[in-house]
Amino acid sequence: MPARIVSSRTDAEVALADAYGAAKTRLPGGEAVRHLRDDAFGIFAGAGLPHRRVEAWHYTDLRSLMREALPVAARPNGSSLGAINGELAGRPSFGGGRLVVVDGTFVPSLSDALPEGAGVRSLADVLSEGRPELIDLLAARDFGEGDAVLALNAAMMQDGVVIEIDPGAEIVEPIEIVYATASAQPAASFFRSLVVVGDGAKVRIAESSIGRGGRAGQTFGCLVFKVGDRAEVGHTAAITRSEAGSLRLDSFVADLGARAQFDSFALVDSEGLVRRQLFMRFSGDDAKAQLRGVSLCQGREHVDTTLDVVHRGLGCEGREHFRYILDDAATGVFQGRIRVEKQAQKTDGKMMSRALVLSDEASMHNKPELEIFADDVACGHGATVGSLNADQLFYLRARGLDKRSAESLLLEAFAGELADEVGHEGLVARFRAEIAHWLGERTKAGKGSGGSKG
Amino acid sequence: MAAVQETVDRVKSIDVTEYKYGFSSVIEMDKAPAGLNEDIVRLISSKKNEPEWLTEWRLEAYRRWLTLEEPDWARVNYPRVKFDELHYYAAPKSHSGPKSLDEVDPELLRVYEKLGIPLQEQELLAGVEGAAQRRVAVDAVFDSVSVVTTFKNELAKAGVIFCPISEAVHTHPELVKKYLGSVVPTSDNYYSTLNAAVFSDGSFVYIPKGVRCPMELSTYFRINEQNTGQFERTLIIADEGSYVSYLEGCTAPRRDENQLHAAVVELITHDDAEIKYSTVQNWYPGDAEGKGGIYNFVTKRGDCRGKNSKISWTQVETGSAITWKYPSCILRGDGSRGEFYSIAISNGHQQVDSGTKMLHLGKNTTSRIISKGISAGKSQNTYRGQVSAHRKATNARNFTNCDSLLIGNDCGAHTVPYIEARNDSAQFEHEATTSKISEDQMFYCQQRGLSAEEATALIVNGFVRDVLQQLPMEFAVEAQKLIAISLEGSVG
Amino acid sequence: MLEVRDLIVSIAGNTILDGLNLTVRDGEVAAIMGPNGTGKSTLAYVIAGKEEYEVEGGEILVDGEDILAKSPDERAAAGVFLAFQYPVEIPGVGTMTFLRAALNAQRRARGEDELTTPAFMKRVNEAGAMLEIRKDFMKRALNVGFSGGEKKRMDILQMALLEPSVAILDETDSGLDIDAIRIVSEGVNKLRSAKRSFVLITHYQRLLNYIVPDTVHVMSGGRIVRTGGKELALELEQSGYRDFAPHSAAQPAAE
Repeated sequence: MPARIVSSRTDAEVALADAYGAAKTRLPGGEAVRHLRDDAFGIFAGAGLPHRRVEAWHYTDLRSLMREALPVAARPNGSSLGAINGELAGRPSFGGGRLVVVDGTFVPSLSDALPEGAGVRSLADVLSEGRPELIDLLAARDFGEGDAVLALNAAMMQDGVVIEIDPGAEIVEPIEIVYATASAQPAASFFRSLVVVGDGAKVRIAESSIGRGGRAGQTFGCLVFKVGDRAEVGHTAAITRSEAGSLRLDSFVADLGARAQFDSFALVDSEGLVRRQLFMRFSGDDAKAQLRGVSLCQGREHVDTTLDVVHRGLGCEGREHFRYILDDAATGVFQGRIRVEKQAQKTDGKMMSRALVLSDEASMHNKPELEIFADDVACGHGATVGSLNADQLFYLRARGLDKRSAESLLLEAFAGELADEVGHEGLVARFRAEIAHWLGERTKAGKGSGGSKG
Repeated sequence: MAAVQETVDRVKSIDVTEYKYGFSSVIEMDKAPAGLNEDIVRLISSKKNEPEWLTEWRLEAYRRWLTLEEPDWARVNYPRVKFDELHYYAAPKSHSGPKSLDEVDPELLRVYEKLGIPLQEQELLAGVEGAAQRRVAVDAVFDSVSVVTTFKNELAKAGVIFCPISEAVHTHPELVKKYLGSVVPTSDNYYSTLNAAVFSDGSFVYIPKGVRCPMELSTYFRINEQNTGQFERTLIIADEGSYVSYLEGCTAPRRDENQLHAAVVELITHDDAEIKYSTVQNWYPGDAEGKGGIYNFVTKRGDCRGKNSKISWTQVETGSAITWKYPSCILRGDGSRGEFYSIAISNGHQQVDSGTKMLHLGKNTTSRIISKGISAGKSQNTYRGQVSAHRKATNARNFTNCDSLLIGNDCGAHTVPYIEARNDSAQFEHEATTSKISEDQMFYCQQRGLSAEEATALIVNGFVRDVLQQLPMEFAVEAQKLIAISLEGSVG
Repeated sequence: MLEVRDLIVSIAGNTILDGLNLTVRDGEVAAIMGPNGTGKSTLAYVIAGKEEYEVEGGEILVDGEDILAKSPDERAAAGVFLAFQYPVEIPGVGTMTFLRAALNAQRRARGEDELTTPAFMKRVNEAGAMLEIRKDFMKRALNVGFSGGEKKRMDILQMALLEPSVAILDETDSGLDIDAIRIVSEGVNKLRSAKRSFVLITHYQRLLNYIVPDTVHVMSGGRIVRTGGKELALELEQSGYRDFAPHSAAQPAAE
């Protein structure tokens, strides 16, 4: 093990420090929020951009991958909003209300009112208003263990949405959060949203993106869920529509109350570098959660999913299942840590990651960790990496499918299986279409005829 | 619940000071002054009449070591070693080079007798059935120096070289020069670099082409002297088509201070050769308050250099206060195979961070990892492993299974695997579970008349069976007893 | 001989056995029948000494000796054997290893010598033959990968080896097909002896066609509410348990 490298700050780190210095007086929020920002930026500045020696970023060396920091996006103007409005009009809506965030800024004029029992405000308003309990939830201080990217987002957060669901409310159709890009120049955006779900409430939040701005931007997003006792929450994220060379760092925080049920699914089909980091904590007893995701990767994409699941309550059940399809020279990273604290007896935790590697140039890195401090638990994890099953391929071909179709069929099943569990027809159809689209493009590009081996 | 509670109570009440091998012996020692500098390195080298190239090799490692920092990524916490207070060389005074058994200090022989290690060739020869099969050649290393090697002549007839490495430097310099540091380079890591600078002795094995070693080879390590570090270096080379099974056992006296053990083991297999390396590690674990005990910071690595060669590591780790150990395989030769079978038991305040690395470089290489961790008392037990397939390692296969068992609620069990595939034909499967002995299993066994302790022992033995089966018979029996002793209180 | 006197047992604050009395003489086969959730399995577990039950009153005597203060293994050594409704799987532990460990532990507890390997093998082989257990089963890990019927036969085999004075069979017929019931019953019948008391816990009369009881007890609301001869079982087959509502308005107890 060579000696620790004491390195000076990179260009990107210097630019981010400058950006914070320039923006901090203009960023929303009163005195308390300014302290929060300063503390958070202190964490970031102390650690710098995470690199290989930061265990949670072992396979995604952001310090070397993020060469420059782009300027922070300006507030969207009228003409760009018009174009986005046009695109939105062509998109089917589920009727649960659509909230639109453009370049990190919530745009009420493009957004719907939410159904009864749900309310929304902009993050900027909430920060300015300064209700301590909401600021505390937004700060999510005891998540992520000083993760530099999460801290950077807290320091720089410009805007986002704060959704509150009344206790006992049942919101039937998904509330959508749609991210759009308007800026004409490559830019960075920092947004943070909060969903507070009251005790016993039911809601589903669906995140997606529209528009291909033709620019390689940098987005630092964060979504915080505070789930009350007995609440049932569904969450989906479609991480799509970004450009080669772009950088997308999404943090996700969920704090679950007693007997809460939480279900999250994400599809990543995006170019450039994508990192999703999910911090979930079972705070109350007897809660159940499922985290699932499918990543479709090609080109030189680098897709990282990192989980940090903490069991604190008694008798909670966690199921994490992530799948990857890796083609070309893509790199997949799955890190999952299940931590069972001493008092979290009767924890039932299972984690699984499966990767199909379709090209000689592609790589998959898996690090599923268990950290167990309670003795009465049943925890396990599994990880597989491999190519398509030769027996299945042969079977399909013996039934008359050509190699390409057989491959596509198996890939579609592999990816689709998890999407099917989302539990909302319209959303399942959207994810299915996205997967089919990815496979279609792949076939069109003439891939997959020679790839798989025994 | 109560049955389990009882077990927990018993585990809590374990007196770790009942370490069976904790006696110390008064033997006159020749010790280097405390601390480390180039002069000490030269002293060690000159004590052994080493050729100049080796002195230089040591000095280069020492200079390199000065630039390194102690690693801190493992899940272990301990007061740092004060390297300047350690003695880097200690040898029994009566000892001046390897001897025949008759010349060995009788006090030393008594030590090994107490440890139950057969140094008496006669006894073994008179041994029971299937003599040829069951004989074990022993190299006994006391603190830093190999004191005796048995069966040398008989092994020589088969062309097998088995001697202290300090002797091999003189008798087979070409082999030592060719292979020393070729698997674990001098600059590999902090502890191995230190070892390269100050290693005192250890075993050297060379199995010539096509030879199946006629008996098990084994080394027993014993740390006796106070404030010494033990830095053995073992080098085993299996030439084309050869086979050897090698056993290693370790004990140390009970002392209040922590003692450092930083060994390096290098294995090399050429085409179609196989090395089976088994360890039963039972260094002093420290007392019930976590005071004293061995820091076991060991680098073990095998290089499957030849095609279709095989290296298999089996370890039963029950001792040491801190264990930092990752016996690994570099699967360089096409078709080569690496195996790692491990039982790691931690109790009291022990901290174990152990596992393996399987680096697939050649085509059609396979590896298998079976790890069983058992944590009791206030101990922390971590499995850390890496499996990786490089671009050109087509058709690499790995199967990993790591299971942890927790006894009591003050301990921790952790699993940290790194699984890295860099081509599309690698097939890696990994599964891990953590559980405790179920109350239903305990009750069932007790209903059939087994006491809580017997039931725990039975279930634990069932839990580790896959690994015990990998040990040579004599060792398996010993290991099973050791497991029982390690979990004393909870196991009958 | 088994004597249960005024036994009161609760779990997590719910009373399940509520002053139960039962005597099974040497050589007697007693059937305990009753609706689900009436405490039959609880009785079996409490006699064997399962820990989560709270014994609030009464006593349990085996051959005149109170066993309530004993641990499960001490009770086993005292002659109590429970054939489990769901025999437990123990991965990695060879069946032979287990049988030998159990037998010798009991022998030691009773001050007897451990069996020699040939003597042990002979007994296992005899018992195995009687219960039609294939030899390769003995090489597997205990109950792992066994079918329901195979597990039950393995339990009866253990009974044959351990020679208890009080044998309790908890729903041994559940989940078994006719052939399996026949084999298990024949095994039990061969093990009937003048020195051994049997308690058959069953929901259905079916098992009693194969193992004919001397007495039949009906249990309800945590007590024995009626006792009769083997004809009582046939009567129950006709009329069901509806005449045996719990003796009080108390909550029907969980089993």
